[in-house]
Amino acid sequence: MDLKLRVWRQKNRDAEGRLVEYDAKDIDPEMSFLEMLDVINERLVAAGDDPIAFDHDCREGICGACSATINGIPHGPQRATTVCQLHMRHFKDGDVLTIEPFRAKAFPVVRDLVVDRSAFDRIIEAGGFVSVRTGSAPEANTLPVPKQDADWAMDAASCIGCGACVAACKNASAMLFVAAKAGHLNTLPQGKPEKDRRVLSMVAAMDEAGFGNCTNQYECSAVCPKSISEDFIAQLNRDYLKASLKKCLMG
Amino acid sequence: MQNFARLFRSSLGKKYVMAVSGLILLLFVIGHLVGNLQIFAHPDVINAYAHFLQNLGPGLWAVRLILLITLVAHVWAAVELTLENKRARPETYRQDDTIQASYASRTMRISGFIVLAFLIFHLAHYTLQVVDTEYQEMYTTLADGTEVHDVHAMMVKGFQSVWISLFYLVGVGLLSWHLRHGFASMFQSIGLRNATIAQTLEKTAIGFAIIYFLGNALIPIAVLAGWVS
Repeated sequence: MDLKLRVWRQKNRDAEGRLVEYDAKDIDPEMSFLEMLDVINERLVAAGDDPIAFDHDCREGICGACSATINGIPHGPQRATTVCQLHMRHFKDGDVLTIEPFRAKAFPVVRDLVVDRSAFDRIIEAGGFVSVRTGSAPEANTLPVPKQDADWAMDAASCIGCGACVAACKNASAMLFVAAKAGHLNTLPQGKPEKDRRVLSMVAAMDEAGFGNCTNQYECSAVCPKSISEDFIAQLNRDYLKASLKKCLMG
Repeated sequence: MQNFARLFRSSLGKKYVMAVSGLILLLFVIGHLVGNLQIFAHPDVINAYAHFLQNLGPGLWAVRLILLITLVAHVWAAVELTLENKRARPETYRQDDTIQASYASRTMRISGFIVLAFLIFHLAHYTLQVVDTEYQEMYTTLADGTEVHDVHAMMVKGFQSVWISLFYLVGVGLLSWHLRHGFASMFQSIGLRNATIAQTLEKTAIGFAIIYFLGNALIPIAVLAGWVS
């Protein structure tokens, strides 16, 4: 199949970026989107041009490294799929694809399609952990976890931290990511003791990083490659309200 | 106190202000519509009701003050959140797309802004009565002999103007449009929405917006059609 690509090219953080057109001829429909970019890059290198920089790692849809916005949709048109697991058969011969980086002030472009997502790391550092002694694992049944809670926490824990929620949000809000990480730990008995401190610090770190605010439009859940529900955002809203009021009234 | 300030400076704190002020304003506009629908009863009914409200004394001013503070809080939160949201994405997508965000949710700023302008006109028109000062001279006598402001005649006179009626239809139309997103959104903002009630909430919001619009639209339409005179 033959496609036309309009790819965002930007030398570095400070450089001005622009869309550059490329002809992608003879693309195998069985290729993944990133394999298609690999082919284009080989051709660019052979022609003496700079290859298109893009993030990738496992290419199995579980690491959260890949990130690209295709025709305005982070990770492309296929629902519940990362861009590395998106295959060219989902496009039609002759399609024009606009490929841009995830756009947010908190995700500055490093080069072309590569963005710096370390703002997410700072949010995790603020509260995305449980303070427990490590060592030999305790007997599993000493701490019963209701099945419902285990399932709910697992749904949240499936977040791979790719940042598509931020990229899709009309306001570049990181609420779905923060809500999934906080919801995962807050639901489990190991994470409950630090629940209030966790939500307060993680939201503060999120605000500090310059993400926008949630306006309850749920574009985040729609693009999430792990289909994480906006219900976690409601849970975070509830938990943050409780934690803040406790802090306001009881210090 | 410092903790309260921190809460209202946070992104989520402003969302709570938005949701709670929105709820108060929503309850007010429902009450306001129910009151106005009395125009379809005998003129004495709405005139007596208006007379009762105007004579609440300090109670009336307390309610007005609460509504004003609520409105200011709602607009303040909207402006703050909008500015922060604009700053959060300085470089926009060259090609943008939307998967599921409703059109109403994406036009909250413009619908809210026009509704605010409509509200100022509405207050000048029927509360301050400066758009047509003749309203200030309209009095009538109730069955029990009390002399009251003739609100019924004032409403009929106001809506007999096609332009004013059209402006009201646009105003309440946009307010209904605004409430279509706001109604469901406030439940999410304070953490009371989940997958079980999401569909019901969405349908209720749409149903409410339609009923609210029709209820309001009925008044100028009835006056223009001569059903109320």
